[in-house]
Amino acid sequence: MSVAPAKTITYREAMREAIREAMLADERVFLMGEDVGAYGGCFGVSKGLLDEFGPERIRDTPLSESAFVGAGIGAAMGGMRPIVEVMTVNFCLLALDQIMNNAATITHMSGGQFAIPLVIRMATGAGRQVAAQHSHSLEGWLAHIPGLKLLAPATIADARGMLAPALADPNPVLIFEHGSLYNLESELPADAGAVDIERAAIRRPGSDVTLIAYGGTVPVALAAADELAAAGVEAEVLDLRVLRPLDDATIIASVARTHRAVVIDEGWRSGSLAAEVSARIMEQAFYELDAPVARVCSAEVPMPYPHHLEQAALPQPATVVGEVRSMVGAAGDE
Amino acid sequence: MSDFVMPSLGADMEAGTLLDWYVKPGDTVKRGDIVALVDTSKAEIEVEIFEDGVIDELVVPVGVRVPVGAVLATLHPVGAKVAAAVGAPVEPAPPIPAPAPRAPPIAAPAPPPPSPPSAGPAPPAPAPVPAAAGTNHRLRVSPLARRVAEQLGVDLATVTGTGPNGAITRADVERVSTVAVPAPQAAVAPPPPPEPVDRQAAMRAAIGALMARSKREIPHYYLQLEIDMSRAIEWLHETNLERPVNDRLLPSALLLSAVARAAVEMPEMNGFWIDDAFRPGSGVHLGVAISLRGGGLVAPALHDADRKSLAEIMAGVRDLVQRARAGRLRSSEMSDPTLTVTNLGEHGVDLVHGVIYPPQVALVGFGAVRERPWTADGMLGVRPTVTATLAADHRASDGHTGSRLLTLIDRQLQKPETL
Repeated sequence: MSVAPAKTITYREAMREAIREAMLADERVFLMGEDVGAYGGCFGVSKGLLDEFGPERIRDTPLSESAFVGAGIGAAMGGMRPIVEVMTVNFCLLALDQIMNNAATITHMSGGQFAIPLVIRMATGAGRQVAAQHSHSLEGWLAHIPGLKLLAPATIADARGMLAPALADPNPVLIFEHGSLYNLESELPADAGAVDIERAAIRRPGSDVTLIAYGGTVPVALAAADELAAAGVEAEVLDLRVLRPLDDATIIASVARTHRAVVIDEGWRSGSLAAEVSARIMEQAFYELDAPVARVCSAEVPMPYPHHLEQAALPQPATVVGEVRSMVGAAGDE
Repeated sequence: MSDFVMPSLGADMEAGTLLDWYVKPGDTVKRGDIVALVDTSKAEIEVEIFEDGVIDELVVPVGVRVPVGAVLATLHPVGAKVAAAVGAPVEPAPPIPAPAPRAPPIAAPAPPPPSPPSAGPAPPAPAPVPAAAGTNHRLRVSPLARRVAEQLGVDLATVTGTGPNGAITRADVERVSTVAVPAPQAAVAPPPPPEPVDRQAAMRAAIGALMARSKREIPHYYLQLEIDMSRAIEWLHETNLERPVNDRLLPSALLLSAVARAAVEMPEMNGFWIDDAFRPGSGVHLGVAISLRGGGLVAPALHDADRKSLAEIMAGVRDLVQRARAGRLRSSEMSDPTLTVTNLGEHGVDLVHGVIYPPQVALVGFGAVRERPWTADGMLGVRPTVTATLAADHRASDGHTGSRLLTLIDRQLQKPETL
């Protein structure tokens, strides 16, 4: 086995590496968004790229999500490979008309004459005390829309490897970067490359319950699994990775092994992605279930600003552990 | 430790007689090994085991008749220690302490090792009501537990639930199942000598019971389609010229292959009707109706028929016929068929309106392939044709769906080279 030299890298740097690589590989690729140039991106992802690639390819835009997402769609139709950064998913609502009525539909309405090879990156989620207008998880709303592909990298390898296949995809692809992950740090082989953007992944195998998470809730699920292991319950952690189309096969196969599932979703419970995943398990694995599917979601309030209230509103490992405990009942399994 | 139980070798089987053990305690077995010979009233069946492990104990001696679901033998995983003689169940994972509202790390308060299973763990607050028989309210049973109870033959009314809100879980069912092992045996009369059964009469009774159930429960609908076989027969003739005599193909192989390939495209016709719902089959396992010398019939599975070549289908059917007539079918062949095909053509009849084999949802029948008048392009000619029929369960499908299956079979037979 050849061991590629590994280096320690943050999620933020992995994302930047992915953008650099795409820009170097294909001159049709460019990045645009609010403050991506001179300021280096409001989460620091594009720091240094303006110096390297110049203002033609690293473009600062006015504060108008509708205008620059629309421009990205037009550029994609014209043969470019745009990466559009929207500051947070909350702000993408200003561009929802462009995303849904144009990006997601033009291929269909043109009878396949136009592909929209557009990538829109956006930060999502809470935990940084930036209050209700910058902190929500609206992935579930966008996952409702046919014609889009939605990715939620939760690991360094996915942050590094999802952009290339997203750009290669002829359909618009939305990448959700959870704000709490940017400082995540781990080793990554220097030659780490593209990853698949079809399948969910098992991040930790287990036999007693499946914890289904994505993006910012993957670390929550892993922490809960550690705590449960200390109590003799082996939790399997499944990272959805792709929010649309969902990888039913991997989800159902896991539940068929563990017979119990908890879906952990930072979105609001009502009409959430967690609801969709839960319904699919009910539809496809009803006779495998040894307990009702449980959900741990954010409290149904605008995300609070004070630290303690924000934490109380978010899915926490202790809540997940509590759900699992009541699910396995008085007796452990096996 | 787990149990090897008397399998259900067809919807009509309620009990079976153990005729022979092919393993003894201490033997290592692998999934798929044939471990016993069982006499249903229809045939002697070689029974496969569905788990890897080491045989602990042969619970049922040769010659004893036991109901479906009764424990025949116990086994433990390879490498595990044999359970203590007293039969203490394998130690479950340490129970989790009752849900505390929150945080403090779950210090497992090392509960005493599980006491005899009947004692049951003391659950929190609402003591689970031992779901007494005779109460009216619906038992809270997880779907998995319900399924497992059915497989193990456990009466849910005898199970105490320890799951969420006292629901019965798989673990609860399995606990009762191991405790209850002796019960079915006790119910068995002193081992009668392997009685010289009147197999003819027994088989007649079994077929009668099953077919009556089918007609009583399944709302059949029937469709038929006459299929032009000229291309198929011509292709068969040509290909047989190139084959050694032993490998020559018969029209029935083409018919089976055509049905299997059509079934792949129509999963709603390939499977089972169980508990008021359709469950698709896990593959296309065609039940091949085989009449036995001296009367009666069986319909064992030709596994994965859609992936077999014509030569493999010929070989598979020949093997099934030989073993069916010798009374040496395997358990998986008896329980797996997802769609049955009956071919009465060789007996000369023109068509057959079949009776569905429960819990399957459809049966395809063929009459004789022979030359008949046929119109094509406004001309009357003579061509070999066959009448394909479909008997299908109206709970699971409608005539519209059924007619698609027949037309797909027709289409397959018009391009025999792809079968």
